[in-house]
Amino acid sequence: MSGWMQIALYLAVLLLCAKPLGLYMAKVLEGEPTFLTKILRPLERLIYRLGGVKSEEKQDWKRYAVGVVIFNALGFLFVFLLQRFQASLPLNPAGMGAVSADSAFNTASSFSTNTNWQGYGGESTMSYLTQMLALGVQNFVSAATGIAVLAALIRGLRAREATHIGNFWVDLTRSTLYILLPLSILLSVGLVSQGVVQTFNPSAKAELVQPTKDTKEQTIALGPAASQIAIKQLGTNGGGFFNVNSSHPLENPTPVSNFLESLAILLIPAGLCITFGQMLKDRRQGWAVLAAMTVLLLMFLVPCVLSEQAGNPMFKQLGLTTAANWEGKETRFGIENSALWATATTAASNGSVNSMHDSYTPLGGLMPMILMQLGEVVFGGVGSGLYGMLIFAVVAVFVAGLMVGRTPEYVGKKIEAFEMKMASLVILIPCSLALLGTAIPLMFGTGQSSMSNPGAHGFSQLLYAYSSMANNNGSAFAGFGANVPFHNLLGGLIMWVSRFWLIVPVLAIAGSLAKKKIVPSGPGTLPTHTPLFVGLLCAIVLIVGALTFIPALALGPIAEHLRMAR
Amino acid sequence: MKDLLIALRVFVVLTIVTGVAYPLLVTGIAQTAFRDQANGSLIKQGDKIVGSRLIGQDFQDPKYFWGRPSATSPTPYNAAASSGSNLAPTNPALKEALETRVKSFQAANPGQPVPTELVTASASGLDPDISPQAAAVQIPRIAKARGLEESSLKALVEQHTQARQLGLGEPRINVLELNLALDHPQE
Repeated sequence: MSGWMQIALYLAVLLLCAKPLGLYMAKVLEGEPTFLTKILRPLERLIYRLGGVKSEEKQDWKRYAVGVVIFNALGFLFVFLLQRFQASLPLNPAGMGAVSADSAFNTASSFSTNTNWQGYGGESTMSYLTQMLALGVQNFVSAATGIAVLAALIRGLRAREATHIGNFWVDLTRSTLYILLPLSILLSVGLVSQGVVQTFNPSAKAELVQPTKDTKEQTIALGPAASQIAIKQLGTNGGGFFNVNSSHPLENPTPVSNFLESLAILLIPAGLCITFGQMLKDRRQGWAVLAAMTVLLLMFLVPCVLSEQAGNPMFKQLGLTTAANWEGKETRFGIENSALWATATTAASNGSVNSMHDSYTPLGGLMPMILMQLGEVVFGGVGSGLYGMLIFAVVAVFVAGLMVGRTPEYVGKKIEAFEMKMASLVILIPCSLALLGTAIPLMFGTGQSSMSNPGAHGFSQLLYAYSSMANNNGSAFAGFGANVPFHNLLGGLIMWVSRFWLIVPVLAIAGSLAKKKIVPSGPGTLPTHTPLFVGLLCAIVLIVGALTFIPALALGPIAEHLRMAR
Repeated sequence: MKDLLIALRVFVVLTIVTGVAYPLLVTGIAQTAFRDQANGSLIKQGDKIVGSRLIGQDFQDPKYFWGRPSATSPTPYNAAASSGSNLAPTNPALKEALETRVKSFQAANPGQPVPTELVTASASGLDPDISPQAAAVQIPRIAKARGLEESSLKALVEQHTQARQLGLGEPRINVLELNLALDHPQE
């Protein structure tokens, strides 16, 4: 199959899986029995008992938010401490030393916020214990937190004059046990069958077939990678076991493993759209949001592929067989599967890579950068992408309401001043953090000193880094020297703020909406399941992103493109 | 305060489930069902490990097929610290690197076209594969260095060409396996 056919197949399989998975996840979040209940229910009850959770208790939005923040703060603390003490803990065959305080702070923030920005190289920094017990656990619970917050928002949207939006501990536990865990087990076994390593053996030593004067041996880093890679893909985490993430042949060995891993990036975010419609008892609402996400993805996917195929004019001048941009790409994936991954991983707030985005053509690299800057709502993070998109839907009905002079409604709820204030916060915080995060290091000179490429591309590296952290994505233009105290501290702070200062207003909206009546739709109501609304929603997302970022993008990728084309 | 206690207890339990039980379960399944793959797909000759089927090695000798350039440090194909070049398309250093590689490729393979992937660094620095075209242009050089017929080399390359896997990815040739076959023709 040609590259384009493989992309079409990918999208078809993704959309086919969305419905059954979405309906299943709706059952999980509603507390209804599923085909896994027989096996998992005893474990679920045990967790409640050991955790002291009263599963029938309902929480208002403030209590729910307190649970979210405390739980994730604990996760942060644990990841930080484990890195600092890994040298004296077991499961450290390579004898990794303690991670520096600033890097450990950054990584703790990164993994507890579902960002998985990595200033370090996995195989040369983290012990097996840290990978499993600190990073692997956060991959699960940060994703489950996203699903929980989404479930709370949906309950707010459909409640009639209620104060409760669910129980965080139950949502967290059920999302982990019934959604993330079974899918991860399936995927990790599939990946091992393709050659992803899963072992506690230390690194292997191979005698080189063609030894040189200085090098006779190759040390091959191994580890319990498959279990972690499965959840890093499914939970839109993205933090690789090895430094080069899923371009490493032991992290992503074959075209089939690549297909499965790419699919896992968007699988749960796509399914959750259907879950949303199902929980509202109006499936069309879910399909409409999924349609908007798919349209936006295609708008950036196609130019990215075309730009990488067209490649670098300099290659032609040197007389190479093709100008296609092979720098930083793996032979087994080829150009199209690399560009597909780059757009999927930034549309979702995944951030894993199977090729080096830093070496992309200027326009090819622009596409993943914009997808992050749009606020991670095109599929977005597990849970967080959809709650972000629903906030944009609120803004879209508000804009439409302004045009005709009518109080806006979304799925039967009146949108008023409080919701709009909170929605503005949710949209403005990541935008401002991305731009401020880019500007501040430039004022102190640390922005410039971390750039590894000259000219406009150096600025792109910095802009990409802070767009990634401020939107909880985690991918990078990896030449950027991120592992210095300045970026570790500033970035760690930004990731934390942009995760939890968004979750709290989203839960506040959920609480406020829950209290309202459901207004029956009348002739003046804007239907939110039509192609017209899908178009409006896409337009709002694009306009907000464009107004915020085009000036900055002009200094980076756009300037570089003009220079390269000259 | 009550919430803090619940948070702490739930955190500990979920850590055990997802951070201990889950990886151990997967390791158990992997080591039972896919022992070879789970341990790195290592190639052995007797007791000696000569590499991994999935990890490339650095070949510069004219009698071997060459793989993709590798940007790992301090040596190419360092499988303990994977890395790409992260050079931007407009970085003058990329142009310089390519010019050097094109020159040395043309010197060793006179008259042959220069496949782009043979002079551009892979993403991981460990890419085990090259395309069929990138193998074909090296055949005359290797035939000369080893005193073999080009046709027998062509047959060997064809035999080692992997088609797209279930229609996915790209056709490719594993350089290490191909070179091992060159060294040990009987196997």
